[in-house]
Amino acid sequence: MALHNILVESGEWLTGDGPQSHIVISSRVRLARNLRNFPFPGWAKKSDRIAVLECVKPQVEGLTEMSDAYSAYSQDLSALEKQVLVERHLISREHAAKGVGSAVVMNRKQTLSVMINEEDHLRIQGIRSGLQLRNVFKLVDKVDTALGDKLDLAFHPQYGFLTACPTNVGTGMRASAMMHLPALVLSEQINQVIQAVNKVSLAVRGLYGEGTEALGNLFQISNQATLGEKEDEILMRLNKVIEQILQHEVNARASLLQKRPVLLMDNIGRAFGILRHAHSMASKEALNLLSCLKLGVDLGFFPEEHRLLVDQLFMETQPAHLQKSSQQKLQAEERDTLRADIVRTKLAKFPKPDSKKAIERGESEQKEKGKNGGEE
Amino acid sequence: MNCDVCKQKTATVFLTQILEGKMQKVNLCDACSKEKGVTDPKGFALADLLLGLGASEEMERSGTGVRCSHCGFSQADFKKTGRFGCSQCYDVFSEGLEAMLKGMHKGTTHVGKVPPRLLKARLREEELKKLQRELRKAVTDEKYETAAELRDRIRQLEMGAV
Repeated sequence: MALHNILVESGEWLTGDGPQSHIVISSRVRLARNLRNFPFPGWAKKSDRIAVLECVKPQVEGLTEMSDAYSAYSQDLSALEKQVLVERHLISREHAAKGVGSAVVMNRKQTLSVMINEEDHLRIQGIRSGLQLRNVFKLVDKVDTALGDKLDLAFHPQYGFLTACPTNVGTGMRASAMMHLPALVLSEQINQVIQAVNKVSLAVRGLYGEGTEALGNLFQISNQATLGEKEDEILMRLNKVIEQILQHEVNARASLLQKRPVLLMDNIGRAFGILRHAHSMASKEALNLLSCLKLGVDLGFFPEEHRLLVDQLFMETQPAHLQKSSQQKLQAEERDTLRADIVRTKLAKFPKPDSKKAIERGESEQKEKGKNGGEE
Repeated sequence: MNCDVCKQKTATVFLTQILEGKMQKVNLCDACSKEKGVTDPKGFALADLLLGLGASEEMERSGTGVRCSHCGFSQADFKKTGRFGCSQCYDVFSEGLEAMLKGMHKGTTHVGKVPPRLLKARLREEELKKLQRELRKAVTDEKYETAAELRDRIRQLEMGAV
């Protein structure tokens, strides 16, 4: 299947129908695996990497989960196509830099992708909408077991699954959730949350993983340790913390509505104004403004039926997606103009923020909550 | 002094962490400190950044000049990349590895998933050992009929192993 056919459809995690998906955008789990008898990709000679690739790729393509898969050698993908895959979180930035000797295989729904010869021989990744780490883990675990039956994986009696970097050894598992936390940022509580999360040895990262900025109020929460703890325990611990952060965000939203409605109205109103009328917009600015708009939909400033449009714009305004849709490579300035044009056009029929409605809704929710609380 | 991360720009941010009596230092330039999110030292997971750096020093102290016979990887390579060369490296550089893993993880022994294929192989090995014990006993007891049966079962199991 051609890459084009896969990419015209947005991935499952972008449709936003998973549990708690208003705040938890996606759940992702990846497993790092290596073959016993070959050096790790970063140290292997080209011939070794190709040998691994030719051994592994047919096995991955043969998986039942990959029956409608798209599969490509890295050198056959253009820089732009790779960037599109990075923006959809289907390959890592590191993998996008690879050429001969690497490949990616992904299913049509874009819930499963296997990177071959990234930092490890195999990176098996699952991604789904909303908070459902356990389901995602089940998927990658099944794939891992199937591949383990066919391939001679590097497994150590003490250290477990061996990985190029010792930070991944053991389970080889990195589980993460991408969370949209605008109210915690607006109410300046986010640093406290990050500190608390770090204290329980979980990591908070930006939109595209390690060392990236938290654009659009999007944060990734993930496990640090991979050794000395069972997969189940890691997932449970992570899940618990994510649920707590989720609750903090919900509370922060309610409190902003109640105590600082002007701050909220101002942020959402400005975002609306700029998005509707700007003629040049960098992707950073777009993400941050769309985040405010998304918050507006969540809180009832905008009707629910406009949610999908906002979610889609998050992806469509990313640099590679923008260039993909315009079918040409653009200079940064041209991109900013095009981005603003697309946003203006798409939001042309977007209604003005209805502050009154949102505040009334907030009040009735608070009352409801108070009532329920009293009955318990 | 140059930045420990990019190794190019001059370091302007100096971090020191004392953990279990061991001191670790990290020097960063302005750009890298921002990238790593070291704006508020309290909220910064120092360990995250330290892993590669502290770890390599730990390894260096234990036996220098060792090379992995399987892939040719050396201590110096680890210091440079923070990655191992191949799966055998975990045994070749095992000295110091434990201390390093302790700093990164919840423990130093894997307690999670074992590949089902290995699990099966392990069970088969145990079964084989058990049958061989029974066979020896049968021979000593001169129960030759049982011994023949056991011998056939062992053969079957061994055939399956190929």
